[in-house]
Amino acid sequence: MIDLDDTDRALIRALAKDATRNAGALGRDLGLSQPACWRRIKRLKEAGVFRGTRLEVDAAALGFGVTVFLGVKLATKGRVSLEDFERAVTAIPEVQTVEHVLGLYDYRLRVVARDISDFERVLRRRVMTLPGLGNVEANVLLSEERRPGPI
Amino acid sequence: MLDDTDRRILRYYQSDPEAPASQLADAAGVTPTTLSRRLDRLRDTGVLKGVRNVINWPALGYEVEVSLRVTLDKTQPRAFDEFIPAARLVPEVIEIQTFLGQVDVRLSVIARDMGHYQQLYREQLLVLPHINDIEALMQVARVKGQETLPI
Repeated sequence: MIDLDDTDRALIRALAKDATRNAGALGRDLGLSQPACWRRIKRLKEAGVFRGTRLEVDAAALGFGVTVFLGVKLATKGRVSLEDFERAVTAIPEVQTVEHVLGLYDYRLRVVARDISDFERVLRRRVMTLPGLGNVEANVLLSEERRPGPI
Repeated sequence: MLDDTDRRILRYYQSDPEAPASQLADAAGVTPTTLSRRLDRLRDTGVLKGVRNVINWPALGYEVEVSLRVTLDKTQPRAFDEFIPAARLVPEVIEIQTFLGQVDVRLSVIARDMGHYQQLYREQLLVLPHINDIEALMQVARVKGQETLPI
């Protein structure tokens, strides 16, 4: 695991908020020269501190008014191929995230749709036809807030 | 408001937020000038909110991620108003979502290991106000996680 000092932590916080800032600007904020800041960013990225970059957009402005989380239970454990299910579910464009979980459900899916009737279409035509699908529970997202985390 | 060119730009941009502007302009079939003008307008109108690095918590020593599904005691009129600010004070809570459905609130919680999670659960999460019921889903794997929109 990578060792971090306070400056590294401040850099991680800043880059998690805004990935477009360059080493010069970040260095000025943190009292580092541009090359020193660049070396730190390079070391953090090489250690895999970030798993990628994400474009933050206003989904509603783009016509996606509804986000639903689905808890999915597979029908016949042991006989369904998890790979088949995962391959089919990740191919659905409206499914934004797929998490394999332990507990009440086997998978947790984040699904976007234009509105409730569009969601019904995705649910019936795409989700309900997935191989090995058992019970599905749906919860409609009302609000969402991402926190900075323990850094 | 948004035309096909805007959508095309956002589609390519979200698939590779780190691509240089020239590459993005080529992919979307616009000139660099048009691209920068369009992106400015998307930012000004709040459709494009920014680009973030997504922290890879396991690389920072947080190996455990749990999704806590909470049902609140709705006989308490201030249940949501008191639960959510209290949940924000726990640094290991990295996401707070509210729902319409069987679940009221979902917290994403990260921990260094199971011992750390147990300690967080007992000392900081179970004591949050107005909890009626709480269920945990432990994340085994993130199968799909880009959160792209089917623009």
